[in-house]
Amino acid sequence: MSSTNGNGSPRIGFYVCHCGHNIASVVNVEEVQKFVATLPGVIVSRDYKYMCSDPGQELIQNDIKEFKLNRIVVASCSPLLHEHTFRVAAEKGGLNPYYFHMINIRENVSWVNTDKVMATEKAKDLARAGIQRVFFHKPLIKKEVPINPAVMIVGGGIAGIHAALTIANAGKRVYLVEREATIGGHMAMFDKTFPTLDCAACILTPKMSAVKNNPNITLWTYAEVEKVEGFVGSYKATVRHKPRYIKEDLCVGCMDCIDACIYKEAKYPDEFNQGLSMRKPVYIPFPQATPQVVLVDPETCIDFKSRRCKKTCIEACDRDAIDLHQIDTYEEIEVGTIILSTGFKPFDAKRAPQYGYGKHQNVFTALEVERLVNASGPTNGEVLTRDGKKPKSVGIIHCVGSRDAKTNKWCSRVCCMYSLKLAHLIKEHTDAEVYNFYIDMRTPGKGYEEFYDKLLKEGVHFIRGRVAEVTDWALMPEEKDRLTIRVEDTLIGTVRRIPVDMVVLATGLVPRDDAQEIRRMFNISCSNEGFFLERHPKLAPVSTFTDGIFIAGACQGPKDIPDSVAQAGAAAAEALSLICAGKIELEPNTAQIIEKDCSGCKSCIPLCPYSAITFKDDIQKAYINEALCKGCGTCVAACPSGSIIQNLFEDEEIFSEIDGLLKFAGLETGALCSTEMEVQ
Amino acid sequence: MSAETEIKVAEKKPWEPKIIAFFCNWCTYTAADLAGVSRLKHAPNVRVIRIMCSGRVDPQFILQAFASGADGVLIGGCHPGDCHYSEGNYKLLRRFRLLRRMLGSMGIEPDRCRLEWISASEGDKVKTVINDMVEKVRNLGPLSIPGHLIELSNKELGIKETEILREEAVAHAG
Amino acid sequence: MKYLYYPGCSLKCTGRAYEESLLAVFKALKIDYTEIEDWNCCGATAYMAVDEVNAFSIAARNLALAEKQFEKEEEIQVIAPCAACYMVLIKTMKYLNESPALKEKTVHALKEAGLNFTGRVKVRHPLDVLINDIGIEAIAKAKKHPLKGIKVASYYGCQTVRPYSTFDDQRDPQTMDNLVKALGAEPVDWPLKTRCCGGSLTGTVAEVGLPLSYILLKEAARHGADVVVTACPLCQFNLECYQTDINKKFNEDINLPVMYFSQLMGLAMDIPQKELGMQRLFVKPEKVLKTVKGGEPAYV
Repeated sequence: MSSTNGNGSPRIGFYVCHCGHNIASVVNVEEVQKFVATLPGVIVSRDYKYMCSDPGQELIQNDIKEFKLNRIVVASCSPLLHEHTFRVAAEKGGLNPYYFHMINIRENVSWVNTDKVMATEKAKDLARAGIQRVFFHKPLIKKEVPINPAVMIVGGGIAGIHAALTIANAGKRVYLVEREATIGGHMAMFDKTFPTLDCAACILTPKMSAVKNNPNITLWTYAEVEKVEGFVGSYKATVRHKPRYIKEDLCVGCMDCIDACIYKEAKYPDEFNQGLSMRKPVYIPFPQATPQVVLVDPETCIDFKSRRCKKTCIEACDRDAIDLHQIDTYEEIEVGTIILSTGFKPFDAKRAPQYGYGKHQNVFTALEVERLVNASGPTNGEVLTRDGKKPKSVGIIHCVGSRDAKTNKWCSRVCCMYSLKLAHLIKEHTDAEVYNFYIDMRTPGKGYEEFYDKLLKEGVHFIRGRVAEVTDWALMPEEKDRLTIRVEDTLIGTVRRIPVDMVVLATGLVPRDDAQEIRRMFNISCSNEGFFLERHPKLAPVSTFTDGIFIAGACQGPKDIPDSVAQAGAAAAEALSLICAGKIELEPNTAQIIEKDCSGCKSCIPLCPYSAITFKDDIQKAYINEALCKGCGTCVAACPSGSIIQNLFEDEEIFSEIDGLLKFAGLETGALCSTEMEVQ
Repeated sequence: MSAETEIKVAEKKPWEPKIIAFFCNWCTYTAADLAGVSRLKHAPNVRVIRIMCSGRVDPQFILQAFASGADGVLIGGCHPGDCHYSEGNYKLLRRFRLLRRMLGSMGIEPDRCRLEWISASEGDKVKTVINDMVEKVRNLGPLSIPGHLIELSNKELGIKETEILREEAVAHAG
Repeated sequence: MKYLYYPGCSLKCTGRAYEESLLAVFKALKIDYTEIEDWNCCGATAYMAVDEVNAFSIAARNLALAEKQFEKEEEIQVIAPCAACYMVLIKTMKYLNESPALKEKTVHALKEAGLNFTGRVKVRHPLDVLINDIGIEAIAKAKKHPLKGIKVASYYGCQTVRPYSTFDDQRDPQTMDNLVKALGAEPVDWPLKTRCCGGSLTGTVAEVGLPLSYILLKEAARHGADVVVTACPLCQFNLECYQTDINKKFNEDINLPVMYFSQLMGLAMDIPQKELGMQRLFVKPEKVLKTVKGGEPAYV
């Protein structure tokens, strides 16, 4: 069971960490240390308070020199946390970092097991397994791959825009891919932003312009990513350009075609205005759309249905920019890193039927009201009910869909603030009585609490209580023909009925419908709620478990504009740090074929999802391309003759772990208990 | 050692199920860490071997685990469609299903060998699966393949060999 | 499909018309039902509020009897028409199946009576059975006098669809409305389908209970209902029998017939009025009878 592996017979240094009280309060670390000292191959066995600290690491380095150690095993926290730290420490001590093995006795033992005796037994078993395994470790060399300096950013909302500008200003090429016909995302739909009440368009459009004019940014709108292959440093993405039926480089956005359209009246719901106004089949999403190019909707354009339209639009266009025969085109790009900033979707208010959205016409969602108060919106900034009247009282209901066991448990973070903002704007536009119905007032950001204070002084009514229902049945004469909000006012301890003319639902933020498809395409994970999963919630909020792919903005979780911009900058910095380094080291846990043992059965070839295994016809043996191998080990397990080995996860290494964990186990029946067992 | 001492030594330790788990690095191992960070207490009978992908699990590992004295084997991988390496978990599923049938004919009950899909954020699932499996295996009792092998060798090889094995076992137990 | 039938106390006394009409409809639709032998009062909401553990045991006795009576059957389904009985029995099933400690106590208590509770019983509401088991088409076929032009307000009451029931939407239930449609009548879309009628408060704290019933009647009338149909004996009693008091107190002139949905079904299916207990109604449903019988209603 011994192995020399290049540097003499194993001389193992074993270190068990107290981790303060985290491990030592449950696991008897002295007992573990003494036990391991008795195992074959162990030269040094120590326990120490904090192995990951500088003195702890120095301890390892000094022991390597003094005792000529050639293997190091540390029993402490999770390898996912500190394996890298200790590998570097071993390397500094003069040892190949892969002669180090780490055992988890904190996350897997002391933090989850309460019985001290059993926890210590478990730690001893794990330690023995680790000691036996490390015998077989080999001196592996990390492979380096270059990082392509180009970056692809998926999603052109405020986060994507900011990340794109940051990276482009650093002189690197950016491909910004946006599936709608314009960048700007949800922020372009807002009127004013909290808490400063800056006009959203005024602060966004300069950034959108900068994107358009930056020579380092290739802006592709109305385009979607179809496929992604490769790995960090060399990703290959296939992008599908959807047909606008307009030649983008010829159109100047004069919109003569829209005026000339055969439809004299606009009669299709305008998506940007949340269906509150109409558009024609040829349209521009909003006046400041970037790029300033119109598009044609094939679902509603008569020419697509009948191919017999007079095509007055083409007549009117003096740039000859309309081409109704465009088709999907595909383009492949090579990038080194990818940033996903695909944003969110508002909660569907129909899922909260007690509030009557869709049933009572004057129940609106917050986004609909954003468009109403906006001067370039469907009503030119007038806040009107769907029957065209100015409301005398408006109720704003917080937490629609959020903080609710039946729909979404999370708090959507921005709704309290935007509800306050809408309260202010509605009061400004209509002078109506405004009621905000809240559970808690969440105003954590800079200037947010002060904003709430301002609202309190403006005479907005705040009622603390979760609204039970919005109904149209009247109890009192003043409720007749109006909507009545029934709510328990918990601060005064009574149920109230408040008649209003308009109800605004503060709908929460949820993941986009295709979040699961997107994350599979990019090989990242989603959390239970459906938002993209960050590598670590505190220390790595914009990285994912897939190297080279970063996330930013609301796609990672509900957040406001300042936080989205901050994350976008962080993701850009992470990408730039890889680009500046120019290369990245990949873990060497790849697989290789032992040629002399390979029988040429080809069982392994179809198994590799990365097509890393090919067959060499001349010698009738399989061959693994190390650059493509990602180290999953599937082929290793499948090879019938055992002629594929996976670095760091070789059969011998795993068998030795199994043996170490089960020493003297399973002897309960027969042998120990009696000398006179009847053998069946 | 006399028979009485041997029995005393055996009686000192009440039997506890010993379960070997193979957890894939990206999903299940991360979830187990999350269970740790969240301090979700669970049964201490499971010993984890970390591998990069559940696709690495060779049926030989499972068989060796049982042969070395495990009472149960648990494999944790990513949910179908979510494998970090695209399809490794599907390959494991195929092998697992075949192996399960073979294990049955070796007298190893199906509850002793379990495959669970656990994603990186499902720390609580790690806890419930481990607790549930430990209970099921506890109810099934010890599998003790090494012990049975000793009994068989008792008959075939002669007493001397088995006494050596017994002494080793007792030395460890002591 | 064989069903067991649990009438509960109300259906044998003040809610007699519910039982009469429901069983007549069951017979006409050839639904195979058997009354549970030796059933006892379910305890309703009253006993639950006093001593929960005992209340569960009392209610569970009926379920245990059902298990005994139908032990050879593959499925044991109990139809409980009274809304309170239905809710209590479903609640008992849910709590006993989810709490092993409670189940143990109950099983222990039932053992003294020579009974056992295993949790096999499925408690069904008659609306659930009619719409989901018998089906809308069969009911539509069975009608002989389509109730053309009759506007019906379906009133489910507060216990039929919540909190434990799962056969219909808890905020905007539709089973009774669909039933009404199948009978050729026009269901009225009104917002108070599941609002409380006052329950027993109409008797004990009238100043609270009466207005609740008044609100329901007023709103149903406002939406143009010709008749209100209910699925609960207490709802029917509250809405129908207090209309003179309500009129006096609130200075109104409400004269809205309130009957059980099974009575409406029976009328449409041409079952004799006496068999439907129509004579027990306070407010005569003249418009409905005119539509069914034609000419002056030969009211029994």
